[in-house]
Amino acid sequence: MSFEVLDDRHGQVIRKGQGQVVQLACNRASAAGSVSQRACTFCGSRVVLYPIADALHVVHGPIGCAAYTWDIRGALSSGPELHRISCSTDLRERDVVFGGEQPLESTTRRLFDQHAPRAVFVYATCIAGVIGDDVAAVCRGLEADLGVPVIPVMAEGFRGNKRDGYNAATRALLSLIGRGDTTRIQKASINLLGDFNVAGESWIIRKYFERMGIEVVSVLTGDGRVQDIERAHGASLNVVQCAGSMTPLAKAMEREHGIPYIRVSFFGIEDTSDALYTTAKLMDDPAIMDRARALVREEAQRVLPELRELKQRLQGKRAALYVGGAFKAFSLVRALRQLGIVVRVAGTQTGSAEEYEELQGVCDDGTIIVDDTNPVELSQFLVAEDVDVFIGGVKERPVAYKLGIGFCDHNHERKIPLAGFEGAVALARELHATANSPVWNLMPRRSPRRREVTT
Amino acid sequence: MNASVRDEVPKSPRKDGAVNPCTVCAPLGAAVASAGIARAVPLLPGAQGCATYIRRYLISHFREPVDIASSSFGETQTVFGGEDNLARALDNIERQYAPELVTVATTCLAETIGEDLPLILHRYAASRKRALRVVHASTPSYKDGHIEGFHAMVRAVVEQLVEAAPERKRAANVLGPMVSPADLRHLKEVVSAFGLEPILLPDYSTTLDGVILDEYRRLPEGGTELDAIRTMGAALTTLDLTLTGRARRASSTLDQLGATAKLLGLPIGVRATDAVVDHLQAVAGQPPPEWLTLERGRLLDAYADGHKYVFGKRAAIFGDPEFVAAIAHFLGEIGMRPALCATGARNRALRPALEGVAGIEEILDDADFASIETCSKHLELDLLIGSSKGYRTARELGVPLIRVGFPIHDRFGAGRLLHVGYRGTMRLFDELVNTFIEERQQGSSVGFSYL
Repeated sequence: MSFEVLDDRHGQVIRKGQGQVVQLACNRASAAGSVSQRACTFCGSRVVLYPIADALHVVHGPIGCAAYTWDIRGALSSGPELHRISCSTDLRERDVVFGGEQPLESTTRRLFDQHAPRAVFVYATCIAGVIGDDVAAVCRGLEADLGVPVIPVMAEGFRGNKRDGYNAATRALLSLIGRGDTTRIQKASINLLGDFNVAGESWIIRKYFERMGIEVVSVLTGDGRVQDIERAHGASLNVVQCAGSMTPLAKAMEREHGIPYIRVSFFGIEDTSDALYTTAKLMDDPAIMDRARALVREEAQRVLPELRELKQRLQGKRAALYVGGAFKAFSLVRALRQLGIVVRVAGTQTGSAEEYEELQGVCDDGTIIVDDTNPVELSQFLVAEDVDVFIGGVKERPVAYKLGIGFCDHNHERKIPLAGFEGAVALARELHATANSPVWNLMPRRSPRRREVTT
Repeated sequence: MNASVRDEVPKSPRKDGAVNPCTVCAPLGAAVASAGIARAVPLLPGAQGCATYIRRYLISHFREPVDIASSSFGETQTVFGGEDNLARALDNIERQYAPELVTVATTCLAETIGEDLPLILHRYAASRKRALRVVHASTPSYKDGHIEGFHAMVRAVVEQLVEAAPERKRAANVLGPMVSPADLRHLKEVVSAFGLEPILLPDYSTTLDGVILDEYRRLPEGGTELDAIRTMGAALTTLDLTLTGRARRASSTLDQLGATAKLLGLPIGVRATDAVVDHLQAVAGQPPPEWLTLERGRLLDAYADGHKYVFGKRAAIFGDPEFVAAIAHFLGEIGMRPALCATGARNRALRPALEGVAGIEEILDDADFASIETCSKHLELDLLIGSSKGYRTARELGVPLIRVGFPIHDRFGAGRLLHVGYRGTMRLFDELVNTFIEERQQGSSVGFSYL
């Protein structure tokens, strides 16, 4: 391949060949100096737990980690908004020398008194780990005293990548699950795992299930509540959307509470319909399946005319996508194909070997598949593949725009829900608004301006 | 109060944590400083998240590519030291970017595990045939916030790159705080207008506010050239627009080399801009150009036309100390009352810089937005002026927020916001007046079409 890729990243960029599946190198620490788009363990745990709106989230470390995650994404709440304040123990030099346990305890007590949370999550950052604070012991002491769960999240940034942060969040959630009373939960019930209600998606999906007659015991963690999570072990099925972050939790709940799980996606109408049907099938109640069929029919009818119209305008556009986890990538490739868009580049921050095999399976021949890329590589891919629209997060946005290429935020800064049937239309509208904007016609990539003005 | 006394002001007793921080961490400031040096790449020894979070924060403000490398510490490096990773990071940066300079700013993690960066960088240089030029600043965020990290990197660059000057050249150094790219462009224009070569450190006016491209540039165009930085000691003067302790002033080093340092406030308002103009006039030995005089005249004309709309209005100002101090002086000059002046910075330089401003009721150092909000509730404020992070507080209080400084994450065009000079003051004054006019218009049942 003609792209310039660091030796340390050998094997992490491939082009899908005809028919054969290539093993992608992945699950490695980011190459030093590469300018990876990945964050750290803390980030992984923080994004998963962040939407729990009636809990206090105390970031134990110097100010940065809390400051950067203050109100970092939508994570909409229908009630309390405790999660939207940023709490830091704000460790100073003295604490680094003498230890941060005392400031952790006093900060947590002060904030507990002010806000009366239903639980407290204490995130141990790099510094908490290195100075040897016994965060778990402080949490145990506080829990005994305050009478609400005080849960340590062992998420020191250096422990690994975002995936390790998901595992830390899983352990934290598991310590809540099982504490609540499940007697009044109906048989046809689920937990929705891996939707974070960034722009209201959890509400859309929850409504679908409720219309089908399925009780949603908890959403982990979109619009999350401590009490719901404590009862999550009473559901009969776990429906896992963001599989990258939530499969560890689903597996643990299967092991510990005997709850089976399915992996689904609510991006695109095909995947959404599949998700609803698969769930309905497992509910073992024909009435639920009937309602699912009616729902899909009704919703599809509502959105298909506009989708068809948008498809005409998007047909043949070339897309690149770079997202956190592979399951979102699978789903997006399918959703884009339905809109007539060809995916030329598909990458993720944290995909596993099996996931990259599956990603190659859904992509067309010749698609560039990339793990843990960086701006230097991305800019090469966008130009070489003559991409019309790039789908990614905030850090990818300027790479696209600087080259005069359309961009669609499928991450932190999106404000429009992109899940479910209405989300499929919203995504198509977003893609249309960016891929078909007339501003690109003025950009030097499309229309080199003559140096000399002729008179 | 003179600078040496400032440095002795004791730190306040430790608070119980922070809620809604009014600062971010020191390496962010160092990365911004680095962005203003031509063909420089910033490198943060530490865990990957630091670089990524900082990039995200800066990209949301500037809407430009911001590449910051990390040495990507894992557990092994945390236990045994990150020397190998740092050297590999430098090699990879060289391959991907071929920079002229790498600026290394330490994270809390690197500092806490006791990385000896000078030694590590010395060994790196000794082990490579053609080692990259590296400048290193110590920027743990348990010590300082972003603004001190910014000053620390500027100081490191000056101390490690500027050479002794054999003779003077008709140049003026400008050491600013974290102003906008538009501010940097205007400062250059003003200095040039006196026939002096402006050497801004840093100058991210183009690197963080660039043009559209047909080919991606790994290193954005612009920034202060290393050659220009080396000769900063030869300038006639150094305009130091920062507020920080004397020990942290890059201008002291330049002053010792003969580029006489002049401590000036950030030029917002007529008096503060006059001070800069007067100094430039004295150094250059030539009067200001006509356009600058006209801009001053127009600004005074606007003050006359608009003074009543703003008179007696009560504001809270928050953000980097330089902005807070400059805007407080500006508000004083136009008859507003800067009732609350707050900064998240820990350097204690704000209070003395506010001396002589009428109408101040509260000053907060090392503040978070929780304390700003608590304090604001008793002050019957008419408006807030500061970063976009004050939006929640403004919403809570039901008063407008005028966005200035850094960060501005909820509005478009942060890089193009002009704050400094007569021109920037005019823009701010117009915005203030129009904010009050709009409030009056919206609040009126009559719907006046003349106001």
